[in-house]
Amino acid sequence: MKAEYATLINRKPALPEGLAKLVWPVAALTLLLVFNAIFTPGFFRVEFRDGYLYGSLIDILNHGSKVMLLALGMTLVIATGGVDLSVGAVMAVSGAIAVEMVQDPTASLAAAVAAALSVSVLAGAWNGALVSLLRIQPIIATLILMVAGRGVAQLITKGFIPITQHEGFTFIGNGKFLALPFPVTIVAIMVLLTWAATRKTAIGLFIESVGDNEKASHFAGINARTVKFVVYTFSGFCAGLAGLVAASNIKAADSNNAGLFLELDAIIAVVVGGTALTGGRFNLPGAIIGSLLIQTLTTTLYMRNVNPFVIPVYKAVVVLAVCLIQSPVFRAQLAAPFRRAAA
Amino acid sequence: MRFPIATKYIPLLGTALVLVLVYVAGAMAYPGFASLYTFKLLLENNSFVGVAAIGMTFVILSGGIDLSVGSVVAFTSIFIAKLIFLGFHPLAAIAMSLVLGAAFGAFQGALIHFYRQPAFLITLAGMFFARGMGYVVHDQALGIKHEFYSESITNWSIPIGPGVQLGLTAIIFIACLLVGLFIAHFTRFGRAVYAIGDDEQSATLMGIPIGRTKIAVYALSGFLSALAGVVSTFYQSSGWANNAIGFELDAIAATVIGGTLLTGGVGFLAGTGMGVLILGLIQDIINFQGTLSSWWTKIVVGLLLLLFIGLQTLVTALSRRRIRHVPAVPKPDKPAPAAA
Repeated sequence: MKAEYATLINRKPALPEGLAKLVWPVAALTLLLVFNAIFTPGFFRVEFRDGYLYGSLIDILNHGSKVMLLALGMTLVIATGGVDLSVGAVMAVSGAIAVEMVQDPTASLAAAVAAALSVSVLAGAWNGALVSLLRIQPIIATLILMVAGRGVAQLITKGFIPITQHEGFTFIGNGKFLALPFPVTIVAIMVLLTWAATRKTAIGLFIESVGDNEKASHFAGINARTVKFVVYTFSGFCAGLAGLVAASNIKAADSNNAGLFLELDAIIAVVVGGTALTGGRFNLPGAIIGSLLIQTLTTTLYMRNVNPFVIPVYKAVVVLAVCLIQSPVFRAQLAAPFRRAAA
Repeated sequence: MRFPIATKYIPLLGTALVLVLVYVAGAMAYPGFASLYTFKLLLENNSFVGVAAIGMTFVILSGGIDLSVGSVVAFTSIFIAKLIFLGFHPLAAIAMSLVLGAAFGAFQGALIHFYRQPAFLITLAGMFFARGMGYVVHDQALGIKHEFYSESITNWSIPIGPGVQLGLTAIIFIACLLVGLFIAHFTRFGRAVYAIGDDEQSATLMGIPIGRTKIAVYALSGFLSALAGVVSTFYQSSGWANNAIGFELDAIAATVIGGTLLTGGVGFLAGTGMGVLILGLIQDIINFQGTLSSWWTKIVVGLLLLLFIGLQTLVTALSRRRIRHVPAVPKPDKPAPAAA
């Protein structure tokens, strides 16, 4: 088995690495869409009504926006070899602050958004400081805020679920822009910014370098601590944005349930998209496709009247399948019978 | 700087100190807090967190993590309720659920070991799977009506003081803790767990069976999670797939507060036992206080986590300083993969 493992590693890839990693998530997504085209009537129907687009595909983009936002930050964090478990709780905090500040219909939207995002950035910076300065293991460092953050959110809302009718605020999650739901625009802008920052400047290279080998990057003159600090701060910012979208969607701040388990969805989206949890190379388009895969699966199951509580089982199976298919050992086992026959 | 005790015991000592402080603070502030009866309730009410935390400690000691704990607890509770509803004897239902829990854990362990997948990811998938399967078994809360539950279980108790009986759930917790302590410190398996968590490569070179140990660790955690689910049915006389959400976090928090390093290889089960009691005491104090809202529990637990993680970071730094005279052995470069 050792030898087979080695041949797998040494074999020349047919595609550039970035694209090769996209093959499986794209294949899974395509398979799901083909399945829907055949078996789910009306899945691909998109209507143009009153200047807006409506349909399941648009819903997928809209509902998937939160996980896509989280996945952007999570990709960079995972690329440094870390993980951010606190994003769900930060979403709750961000939503709580914003909704508390727009209770009055005449309140300033800019102030509320700025306050919510600043606190989210602060939360991210706190995680970053624990990981980079105190060198605490990322799972644990972010676990602190994951546990305490929801408590803080409840403290802000005093245990209630404040609701809001503020026009500007409800627009964030429910408005339309260019015939599409507004969250799609937020995601598009964030994806473009993140892609430009990581692929058109050296930042992306620094992140991959730190995730691949921190010591070597240090000797190469990269300030690993700063890089780590920045990615966690960025993840906090993304979580804050997702929190605004989530709170605006339901026009309320539900501290107990806002973003609950979304950190897990985001991690799954990133890993399914071809970014390894061990750090190193990251794949932003993969993370977005991973998010869409998870959301398409969820929407498909809803449309097929599957009990919503059973949906996690399907998610687990998809995650396991994609992970195993990317595992060199599993692929060697799959390929073994064929290779023996050929020899 | 030299401590009169080995550095590895400092976090354990810290845990014991916090436990005593929290208990004394509660006892001084509220009449009735220090009573034997309150203590009995503390043990009984936290027994199912305790049982699961013991499994979690083994997993974390081996350098892994198990996020599926809460879901397995929920699945077990509804599985038992359903089997009893279908006419099985409770003991048969309990036996089946324990076997199933162990098998589920072993399966996760096998995936982690054989396919070199991160424990975090596999047990995350396991968490989703078990939670969803609970709803497949039965999608609503289901009460357990059987004389075994209403009669027999309440009779199994040990008198620990005048008029105070320690119930079955607490007995299970204490028994698990004792057996766990024995396994961790007096068996070959226990030593293998510590060795693997400390340095898997060295453990391999020493001839320690990595695969067998890892799979056994996850099987143990699955078994204890299922047992925690059984205990939760004793406690609630019902099962529900929506039970114990976020429960794995409590188990991890108890383990960390108990002084176990999440990097693996360092820690004590006794600390986990104390960690469970600290979490329970904080909840009790907030209940006794009456005006503090429940979300303060989360904030205080977060602060305690921070305190203990800080303490561990300090201890790790101290022990590193002590062995600084030993020349650092550079890790050998990865051998080039042999050409096939």
